[in-house]
Amino acid sequence: MIKVKINGHEQSWDGDPDLPLLWFLRDEVGLTGTKFGCGQALCGACTVMVDKQAVRSCITSVSDVVDREVTTIEGLHPTGDHPVQKAWRQVNVPQCGYCQAGQIMQAAALLTENPKPTHDQIREAMSGNICRCGCYQRIENAVHLASTGV
Amino acid sequence: MNIIAHPAPLRGFERRNGIENVSRRSLLKGLGITGGLVLAAPVMSRQAFADYQTGAANMPHGTVVDPRVFVAVASDGTVTIVAHRSEMGTGVRTSLPLIVAEEMEADWSRVKVAQAHGDETKYGNQDTDGSRSTRHYLIPMRQIGAMARLMLEAAAAKTWGVPAGEVKAVNHEVVHSASGRRLGFGDLAADAARQPVPGVAGLKLKDPKDFRYLGKGEVSIVDLRDITVGAAAYGGDIRLPGMKYAVIARPPVTGGKLVSFDGGDAMKVSGVEKVMEVQGWPWPSKFQPLGGVAVIARNTGAAIKGRDALKIVWDDGANAKYDSAAYRAELEDAARKPGLVVRKEGDVDAALKAADKVIIGEYYLPHLAHASMEPPVAVANVRDGKAEIWAPVQSPGGTREDVAKTLGIPEDNVTVNVTLLGGGFGRKSKCDFALEAALLSKALGAPVKLQWTREDDVRHDFLHTVSAERIEAGLDKNGKVIAWRHRSVAPTIASTFAANAVHAAPFELGMGLIDMPFEIANIQCENPEAAAHTRIGWFRSVSNIPRAFAVQSMVGELAHATNRDQKDMLLELIGSPRIVSLASVKDPWNYGEPSASYPIDTARLRRVVEVVAEKGGWGRAVPKGHGLGIAVHRSFVSYIATIVEVSVGDKGKLNVHQVDTAIDCGTCVNPERIRSQIEGAAIMGLSLARYGEISFKDGKVQQGNFDDFPVIRIDEAPLVTNVHIVPVAADTPPSGVGEPGVPPFAPALVNAIFAATGKRIRALPIGKQLET
Repeated sequence: MIKVKINGHEQSWDGDPDLPLLWFLRDEVGLTGTKFGCGQALCGACTVMVDKQAVRSCITSVSDVVDREVTTIEGLHPTGDHPVQKAWRQVNVPQCGYCQAGQIMQAAALLTENPKPTHDQIREAMSGNICRCGCYQRIENAVHLASTGV
Repeated sequence: MNIIAHPAPLRGFERRNGIENVSRRSLLKGLGITGGLVLAAPVMSRQAFADYQTGAANMPHGTVVDPRVFVAVASDGTVTIVAHRSEMGTGVRTSLPLIVAEEMEADWSRVKVAQAHGDETKYGNQDTDGSRSTRHYLIPMRQIGAMARLMLEAAAAKTWGVPAGEVKAVNHEVVHSASGRRLGFGDLAADAARQPVPGVAGLKLKDPKDFRYLGKGEVSIVDLRDITVGAAAYGGDIRLPGMKYAVIARPPVTGGKLVSFDGGDAMKVSGVEKVMEVQGWPWPSKFQPLGGVAVIARNTGAAIKGRDALKIVWDDGANAKYDSAAYRAELEDAARKPGLVVRKEGDVDAALKAADKVIIGEYYLPHLAHASMEPPVAVANVRDGKAEIWAPVQSPGGTREDVAKTLGIPEDNVTVNVTLLGGGFGRKSKCDFALEAALLSKALGAPVKLQWTREDDVRHDFLHTVSAERIEAGLDKNGKVIAWRHRSVAPTIASTFAANAVHAAPFELGMGLIDMPFEIANIQCENPEAAAHTRIGWFRSVSNIPRAFAVQSMVGELAHATNRDQKDMLLELIGSPRIVSLASVKDPWNYGEPSASYPIDTARLRRVVEVVAEKGGWGRAVPKGHGLGIAVHRSFVSYIATIVEVSVGDKGKLNVHQVDTAIDCGTCVNPERIRSQIEGAAIMGLSLARYGEISFKDGKVQQGNFDDFPVIRIDEAPLVTNVHIVPVAADTPPSGVGEPGVPPFAPALVNAIFAATGKRIRALPIGKQLET
């Protein structure tokens, strides 16, 4: 039996320990805010935080996060008002919105590590997250806004 | 092989006027909202009366204009407005209800949006494609809003015992200014529901100068907050009790089929519950599933792992030799020989012979995959002869029809719930994934979520076509273009519906080939044959992508050949302000729109060029190694011009510094979303120009994920993208926004690369061409 802590709640798992965290979150726990995009850590749609660091849940197994703190988009902020979430709304970032949970988690992890990133640093840190709708200009502006106070 | 002799009408371009055959039984179903303006009265489908006509009536099931179908007012004042089109990122789920709210004087902050399920008898056509929603529904939604407003006003007038002409709805209240009395919409809801529904004819709409929302700018999408907190529900986010999770291994070659399989090792994978064959249909069969072997498990991860352990023998069938390198040579060869003439003005052969100089451009654009961030996915629950589907589909009505046919049950027994779409781009106009989920659920007797992986998506897509475009332009001694021959060769979307389709359908010819707007005395457009070897489908902007690339690249080539500025050359070719006549064209398809409302107007085409040149600083001094390129294209009856500034660094590294796009899309509903669509179109245009290529070898797609089918990431995105919306007169019919931003991007980009480097890119993707 594996025990993992997700958004502050302990969850147990008695199935395949190699199950990707993404599918554990979505199908077993029911936290569907984390999205499937590629399954190969190529697009970032499945980004969650593990101990405040952004990781791709599609290539992270459940057994990798034993005794670690997993944070998903649902647990980023109790009322959904993390500065990154607020900035995203202020800038009207999303089009279809599907990649945005991963984008927001990546951006939140970036600001934890580097509270005042330059535009180049934003572009570099966010380059693992694909947005097929092409909201990049607004993503860059929203991360910048979140870093300067919303 | 079972070839369909009479393929079903192609949705989106068949002409079906028939509302008369439609069952009215389902019309009595309410919205699931109680109270207020929801009436159990028969609803008549009505034509929209307007100063201009659109092609809306020719769409399957036409248009329904009735406030009882689209609007409900609760006694607490909450106004619920139905969005009957699918939200895939264009903002339509916000903008259509916003139009209703505008006209009925509802306060947008007190409006809720309800998503319609697939029911075209009730809601009218729901195909969210062809950049049509705003242009077909601006007037009908305004009429619906006006009717609701009149019913609320009538209720208030009756309550007060005053003539209806003395009261007026203002921001969620009805006011009698003579007496100072006012009643909220909620207080009036019950009485309003008892008022007769006003007729469409003679309905007075608001004066556009009184608009509060339309054309004003910053209305955020209704799903914005849900998206940012992970609460927005896409296709894969639906969870039902007892639901099974499935993936399918499909034939790797289009038209292939299953010979045998061994699921023994798959069954040993933890969490796998069942391995089974799923039915496939012979190619081509519209949107029917390809068939294969399904793995059913307790979660998607287990299903994928189980599928990896399957041993399968396939019969690859007739397309086993499809090879993109060889096919390209075939297409290019065909483009060098005469083909079916689809537009002819003057005598192009004689003019080319007499020309002082002939410039020839041969262009090639490969297949593209849609690669929406959400791969296809659907949930189905089929039991007791009824089917309920939850799916991210652009075609809720068509999906309902196809599920019913596939399962052999009446349409009334099929419910299609439309989730948010994690991108669509035309892929989700094809409901094959919903059909697969339905077949699996029926076989298992349990709810099923069918998930496509990214590899499934890239390898089994209804791909954008592959094309060779060849243009010969003849110049006289003064450098004036006197002859233009354009041959366009590409497998047609019609080949997905009928095996013998080798020529472009009229709707494909109308996307940038026969509607070429230049003022040239001798014009000939030809369409040589091309046989398809995979499933071809609509991809955002469709045939406009290769045609605009060829035509606008040729403008750059002509400018260079005659030593002229690109913009000057472009304006000279467009010629005088006029309405382009396509008298020589047998079926001059105009995006399904009447040319009286939506002519090819070169004054508007010139204007977007002039606006982008002015706002985007055409001719500005740029640093050494930088270059500017320009292109313009009319598509989806909108006019768009783009300027791109690039530089090419060491080892061919391409940098896009600035993009300026001017769009004339007629009347604007929500400019905020128009800007976002055009910003995104630049990214999609850059993706396809730099990287976009799906290729085949031995009949199989060679790519599978974002490593070998890359798309643009934020660190490669343009540093600045500016969108300039061209103001129009208040009564200008609205036109497309979702698609027309894409076609001019790639040619503007290659024209800029030529300006920066002197290197002319004629085949996409650019890939490593700048490294040599």
